[in-house]
Amino acid sequence: MSSQEIPEKNLPSEQDTAHGAVAVAEDPFADPGLPPHKPRIQDIDERAAKRSERTVALLFTLSMLATIGFIASFVAFPVDKLVYVWPLGHVSATNLSLGLTLGIALFCIGAGAVHWARTLMSDHEVADDRHAIEATPEVKAKVMADFADGARESVIGRRPLIRNTMFGALAMVPLSGVVLLRELGPLPEKKLFHTSWDKGKQLINMNTNEPLRPEDVVVGSLTFAKPEGLEEDDHEFNNKIAKDALMIVRIQPEDIKDKHELEWSHEGIVAFSKICTHVGCPISLYEQQTHHVLCPCHQSTFDLSDGARVIFGPAGHALPQLRIGVNNEGFLEALGDFPEPVGPAFWERG
Amino acid sequence: MADWADGRLGIYSLAKANMRKIFPDHWSFMLGEICLYSFIIIILTGVYLTLFFHPSMNEIVYHGSYVPMHGIRMTEAYASTLEISFDVRGGLLIRQIHHWAAVIFIAGMFVHMMRVFFTGAFRKPREINWLFGFLLFVLGMFTGFTGYSLPDDLLSGTGVRFTQGAILATPVVGTYISMFLFGGEFPGHDMVARFYSIHILLLPGIMLGLVVAHLILVFYHKHTQFPGPGRTNKNVVGMPLLPVYMAKAGGFFFLVFGVIAAIAGMFTINPVWALGPYRPDQVSTGAQPDWYMGFAEGLIRVMPGWEINLWGHTLVLGVFIPLVVFGLMLVAIAVYPFIESWITGDKREHHLLDRPRNAPTRTALGVAWVTGYMVMLLGGGNDIFATHFHMSLNAITWFVRIAFFVGPVVAFIVTKRICMGLQRRDADKVLHGRESGIIKRLPHGEFVEIHEPLSQDQLYSLTAHEQYTPAEVGPSVDENGVERKVTRGQKLRAKLSKGYYGEGNQVPKPTAEEYKEITSGHGHH
Repeated sequence: MSSQEIPEKNLPSEQDTAHGAVAVAEDPFADPGLPPHKPRIQDIDERAAKRSERTVALLFTLSMLATIGFIASFVAFPVDKLVYVWPLGHVSATNLSLGLTLGIALFCIGAGAVHWARTLMSDHEVADDRHAIEATPEVKAKVMADFADGARESVIGRRPLIRNTMFGALAMVPLSGVVLLRELGPLPEKKLFHTSWDKGKQLINMNTNEPLRPEDVVVGSLTFAKPEGLEEDDHEFNNKIAKDALMIVRIQPEDIKDKHELEWSHEGIVAFSKICTHVGCPISLYEQQTHHVLCPCHQSTFDLSDGARVIFGPAGHALPQLRIGVNNEGFLEALGDFPEPVGPAFWERG
Repeated sequence: MADWADGRLGIYSLAKANMRKIFPDHWSFMLGEICLYSFIIIILTGVYLTLFFHPSMNEIVYHGSYVPMHGIRMTEAYASTLEISFDVRGGLLIRQIHHWAAVIFIAGMFVHMMRVFFTGAFRKPREINWLFGFLLFVLGMFTGFTGYSLPDDLLSGTGVRFTQGAILATPVVGTYISMFLFGGEFPGHDMVARFYSIHILLLPGIMLGLVVAHLILVFYHKHTQFPGPGRTNKNVVGMPLLPVYMAKAGGFFFLVFGVIAAIAGMFTINPVWALGPYRPDQVSTGAQPDWYMGFAEGLIRVMPGWEINLWGHTLVLGVFIPLVVFGLMLVAIAVYPFIESWITGDKREHHLLDRPRNAPTRTALGVAWVTGYMVMLLGGGNDIFATHFHMSLNAITWFVRIAFFVGPVVAFIVTKRICMGLQRRDADKVLHGRESGIIKRLPHGEFVEIHEPLSQDQLYSLTAHEQYTPAEVGPSVDENGVERKVTRGQKLRAKLSKGYYGEGNQVPKPTAEEYKEITSGHGHH
């Protein structure tokens, strides 16, 4: 408790009696020093201290009981048992009982320890000196001299050939690690430009797994489709559907504002990529009256009656349209792949 | 026994320096403890989860004990998460403790950093520790993200898709990063295994190192303290580690753990069983990331969809700008201590904390940042706000777009004025004493309120803070009449310094003369 900053008389032991009588000396805002220790009830009254002791012990005991409760509930409740507990509703008996007993067991240890510290351990405040983080000039000089000695003895300064080749070698060796990272995945090439859709591929209803006929698509309904030949148990199903997913609606031909869209439709049935052009969420909310579709992730909104152009939200361009027709058997079929990459935009997209 | 260990480890010297180390007491100093303890809880529960989780994207058809998912194709990652939740006794509890602790960990870091920022605890010699803490915050966000993506459920898969879309928007290298990260086209078959290794080894390994370094520096620098009687820049006043802080801090670990365990027992977090496995062509409405990714979500939601197509290439500004702003908002946290120390030119060590009001410009900048952050958090939940409060989604989006720019400016001005007002109030209290609430009637009928002079302790505490004088550029000619070169940097510095400490940006502390003049006359007027 030795600080140059605090005058001796202000230290608690000296000050206990004199406190409150510090005269306004030269500087009215002078540091009066550490305030005197205020005794707690436990410091004065042994009965209060005893009470604290019992409280702490009670908390620790509760913790022990809760741990026994934890083990008991672990053994007692079947893992699939549900119980109704107000206001939580139907919850897993195991989860609730284990969580509460573990919570109580831990909390009581903490509460006991904190109560012990606050009421029974000494609460005398003590001042400790700080020492400058910076070294003294002597130490600095010594370190610099040591470093200079070491550098000189290594002859690194006199033999630059060693130094330069060493730096070269150290700079190059991590390249091996970087090169190895090449194996993490294939190059992008033109992978993002194509989907499985091709001329003659039938449109398969996502829900029924049956080829779609034009009469299956009625005004006001939203149908999801995948290309013929893509099955859910295919190893690459997720990779493929991430680009192939199709959204089909029927719009009265006179309501289609975009000429090109009408041309690529079949009697008002239009097929657009389901993958949002913003960051790739599947679009799934359809407003029958306006023919707007909304991406539930970031709320980009597209007008399917007008070339699926963006009318609100963060998407940067319209949804790609798939040109469709009807084959000899009367099923809807694609007349080619999407004319542009589906999904989020990227540098090479152009 | 202790002697045996000392002979090999030198524990006595270590204990001499640290066993009775003094820690100051203030409620805000335990915010960092919450972070430390939740980090430990995350590691403990995380190790348990690795014993049951299968980080594999092999697809199976589910026939486990959760009936609603029977016959559904899913990855082993998702199936093993269902197993942890429904078949492992206590598995659900540990999963929920892990997730709740992660949410609390990052919230704790956020608040802890605000404490450090607004009290100026980041100043020399603690700038590096601020950087360590900053890195922990950022890595914590990404560890959280890679963690909640592991179950491969519909919600987290959607989040990963969003991340992949954002990666694609990176100019030149976007498609390459995406292909390399996912081992091919999205979603591929490697994502879970790779995220798993990042989530359980790479990031937590770095974080553990940073946490240890952070704590070593806290010990080495000794804790900061608020100014008060007997508390100076050269000492640290408080109670010793053994026994008081051993009990308080050790006990606090159990309190934090206990509360999180009870929360995890009562409140469901991330019910992946309700969401179903991920499929790139399916999505649920109201998709939300964990809260700490909410502001990035907001940035991406409210940004207009700008795309520039030039020379056969696409610059996806609508996604790339949010990505950059996200980075810049984080970098602003990291560099602030260095900017402030450059403006003040102060090279001294600071161990005494500022009250936020006594650093109005810093406080206002901090509140402006938090306002921008909160606005974007709101933007990230625009659909939730729209459906819950029956408001127009478009209106909320437009509000956020405007408020992101206007909000911080307003917050800056308002905060600064509040700080100045509080400073004036402090000065007034020092000079005229505190209002006693006792009304006195003077002989001629006037009513006055008696002001009681402050105690010496209070006088000292309210006047202990330092006030800088704004830096000057200096005369443009030196003492010999030769024109001095004033660099643009110096001019900028002087301008910023004026903005921080110039007239109208802080209220001068009452001087001893003012105080004496007032107190020596009649007590009040």
